[in-house]
Amino acid sequence: MFDKLGLYFQYPFVRYAVIVGVLIALCSSLLGVTLVLKRFSFIGDGLSHVAFGAMAIASVLNLTNDMLLVLPLTVISAVLLLRTGQNAKIKGDAAIAMISVAALAFGYLIMNIFSTSSNLSGDVCSTLFGSTSILTLTQKEVWLCTVLSIAVVLIFILFYNRIFAVTFDENFSKAVGTNANGYNLLIAIIIAVIIVLAMNLVGSLLISALVIFPALSAMRIFRNFRSVTICSAIISVICAFSGIIISILAGTPVGSTIVAVDVAAFAVCHVAGTVCVKQ
Amino acid sequence: MALITIQNLSLGYDSHAFVENLNLSVNEGDYLCIVGENGSGKTTLMKTLLRLQQPVSGQILMGDGLKKNEIGYLPQQTIVQKDFPASVKEIVLSGCQGRCGLRPYYNKAEKQLAATNMDRLGILPLKDHCYRELSGGQQQRVLLARALCATQKVLLLDEPVAGLDPKVTSEMYELIAMLNQEGITIIMISHDIAAAVRYASHILHIGTEIFYGTREEYLESDAGKLFRSEMEGMR
Repeated sequence: MFDKLGLYFQYPFVRYAVIVGVLIALCSSLLGVTLVLKRFSFIGDGLSHVAFGAMAIASVLNLTNDMLLVLPLTVISAVLLLRTGQNAKIKGDAAIAMISVAALAFGYLIMNIFSTSSNLSGDVCSTLFGSTSILTLTQKEVWLCTVLSIAVVLIFILFYNRIFAVTFDENFSKAVGTNANGYNLLIAIIIAVIIVLAMNLVGSLLISALVIFPALSAMRIFRNFRSVTICSAIISVICAFSGIIISILAGTPVGSTIVAVDVAAFAVCHVAGTVCVKQ
Repeated sequence: MALITIQNLSLGYDSHAFVENLNLSVNEGDYLCIVGENGSGKTTLMKTLLRLQQPVSGQILMGDGLKKNEIGYLPQQTIVQKDFPASVKEIVLSGCQGRCGLRPYYNKAEKQLAATNMDRLGILPLKDHCYRELSGGQQQRVLLARALCATQKVLLLDEPVAGLDPKVTSEMYELIAMLNQEGITIIMISHDIAAAVRYASHILHIGTEIFYGTREEYLESDAGKLFRSEMEGMR
């Protein structure tokens, strides 16, 4: 088994996949705690559908670099969803459902009408469930991903106390002079960037899993915000790493393997949490 | 000069005012209770005082060196908070966020302040407990300690006893009265006119008729008389 792994790790694309996978898992889990608590668990799904729609437009327009269109559109949607925070008129879940379904429908519609490829359902499937694109990353993309991930982690550590305060009680934060809207905007932009990055890894549909499972697992065991955040990051990194290794060894799709490992981790944490409470 | 002066204030949404020409001043050490029916504009007044919302017209002046962000606020609990995995210490400490300015972390003095305020409200032994596992009364104390971290002078309480049982309710009122005696100015929104009459020094009644005055004046007013006759009817 180790021989097989050693053989695979000689290839740069495998190393790239592991680096990018772990970094994205780390970033998404950090913000996952905030999102789950703000009742925005499904935002990953919603935004990834927006990104899917944007990709469809980009491929129809034959853009060489579709990121130029996908990233701004996703950021705008994230801002629209999160900007209003807990005082929104259309509450989180409904707003996300609206945007997500609409973007998915339009994306598929556009792909269908202006189809450029003969294997349409294959294209759609690989965008939604993640394809082999994580194995075809270029060195430039790996660097981009690394830089953005470091930026996300730094911003998160620097603004940790404010993110906690705004998540726990937006109105109180505003009353004592914290720029809660500014922090909501910051969170929204970071989320959008992470989701666009993560689409390469697990595909649109499975991003939610990266966002919510580590956070929920950590919440089963720990009862204060700092421990939950740290634990969620650790769980997410371990799951992503072992998921990629398993998918290499067993030849399974990367995205769904990572999610399967995340689900298993949640089950373990759930049991552990229940046992701890009983004692 | 008074701590807070409200001049010709009109409150409402989207320039449609439903409370007009409100005038009052809150002095240091006052205990002002804002009573009125649902939808009369109590919460809007409180949000305007906190500058979460713009008044339709008129103004709010702060005096005696009171800064805008020096009002301690006890909001009503949100659904988000009910299952929030945070320790008591973390929540109380977040009351210091207004003091930090651009500094990203809390310093020693702020941590000490949080500990002092937890001790003041008798929740220091609970500091490592999880917020969602506390009783309703304990949760209110945590949020009150957080509000105290944000202020030395004024507390704004939005229905602090909502959802509490009678015993805990009276404990909460005693606690607020204690803070008032220690020199903190209290502004409280309440449905509970009986408690308002019992504890407050001033009462603002918002409704079709606006009344503002001391407790004694309130009991003599039309709105107060209505309340008194109800109380006597209950006896």
